[in-house]
Amino acid sequence: MVLGSLLAWAEIEVVRWRTEDLPGLRCLVGRLGLSDLAMWTEARYARHPSQADLFAAFQDVPGSPEHFPAGSIVPPPATLSNGPTQLGISEPPP
Amino acid sequence: MRRHLKLLDFALASLRRRPLKSWGLVVVYAFTVAVVASVLLLTRAIREEAAQILVAAPELTVQRVVGGRHEPIPLSYGDAIRGLPGVMGVEARFWGYTYDAVTDSTITVMGASEGLQGLEMIEGRLPTTATECAVGAGVAEMWGAGTGGEVILVDAESTGVPYEVVGVFRAPSEMLTNDLVTMTSVEAAVFLGLPDGTATDLAVRIANPNEVDTVAAKIKRAHPDSRPITRSEVLRTYDAVFHWRSGMMLAVFSGALVAFAILAWDKATGLSAEERREIGILKAIGWDTADVLELKVWEGLTISLTSLMLGLIAAMVHVFVLGAPLLVPVLRGWSVLFPELRPAPFVDPYMLFAIAFLTVVPYVAATVAPSWKAAITDPDEVVRG
Repeated sequence: MVLGSLLAWAEIEVVRWRTEDLPGLRCLVGRLGLSDLAMWTEARYARHPSQADLFAAFQDVPGSPEHFPAGSIVPPPATLSNGPTQLGISEPPP
Repeated sequence: MRRHLKLLDFALASLRRRPLKSWGLVVVYAFTVAVVASVLLLTRAIREEAAQILVAAPELTVQRVVGGRHEPIPLSYGDAIRGLPGVMGVEARFWGYTYDAVTDSTITVMGASEGLQGLEMIEGRLPTTATECAVGAGVAEMWGAGTGGEVILVDAESTGVPYEVVGVFRAPSEMLTNDLVTMTSVEAAVFLGLPDGTATDLAVRIANPNEVDTVAAKIKRAHPDSRPITRSEVLRTYDAVFHWRSGMMLAVFSGALVAFAILAWDKATGLSAEERREIGILKAIGWDTADVLELKVWEGLTISLTSLMLGLIAAMVHVFVLGAPLLVPVLRGWSVLFPELRPAPFVDPYMLFAIAFLTVVPYVAATVAPSWKAAITDPDEVVRG
């Protein structure tokens, strides 16, 4: 019964959010041109993950350990797994 | 039917005879469910909220990339883009960051075009002169500056510039505006030290969503040093960031699942001497193997469903009522200005079903398997051990 009440409350709250808050939030995003959530402020690529350089997490030294904990939450782009990402060094053919 | 109810009654009585063990099991089981459900509920709610809000973001954001890094974009690029078919409008965005050494926090500075008044999500108004600003709730709280107060920000020339606060963004917008300071676009460009005739990037509005990729390709062809970012890429970014399969959330999630697997494994690997004796006595007084198995299924279901309900209640209260205090340290990282997490309580029935399936079925199976083994053995042998 408690769980049922919580689920009913969640449904009501989502409807309230959709009718009361969402239009105002969309208006804010549209008019200020916001592109990201203001969640992590520790680095540029964490504050604006969608606007970050493609290799932002490794901008200081390629392959360097991640500086910030938020970087562990943001996964690498899916495109990185779509092909070989390793650089190889080999002798030029004679 | 009556027989099944009698067996259920017997199962409940059997669990009541061992209150410490039964409740101990329920507490551990419910805690595991609560951890798994908290991760899933929180990530799903933030993901859904981001998807619903950011749908209003510009269809295209155009950056200029020099040496692999984001650089200011000349406003002349915008004039050229404005002439492309399908483009409704281009707006220059002036934004960047400033570090506040007093509070050790990084603040996002954003220019708001003049004439953008009447926003519902702001208490007060947006700035109209160079000495005014509107701030997010996090900044207002950190500086103790409400409407009519003052904040001092360090500009590109390392000079502290005072601004009068004329508006504070309302709490429901905290996820978008917590660390934000908006000033007029002209003032933002000066404050951030952007060279004349440049902006941070360009927001492009496109009438037909099907044409976004075509327009992006045309921009890229016309300006090879540009990087168009589509809205769908922005939405995909947040879908990936808050997917339960990503990063640290997966670590927490898998930790809880492993704990549950150990619990189920412990049950599956054997019965206690007392439980074996109970099965032996039941068989000796004439119970069928099927009856014993049904009894054990009822016991398993009672424990599982009670724990599942308690775990889900705890997870919903933890995430949606208390603001996920146990998960915030994981999410927060080193952010000084982290918004209070109060996502709209999106609950996906499919997700609840998945949690139930992942926990109840393995547990009941783990309860029944060793009981079946004991039930098919000779009662005399079982009772004597």
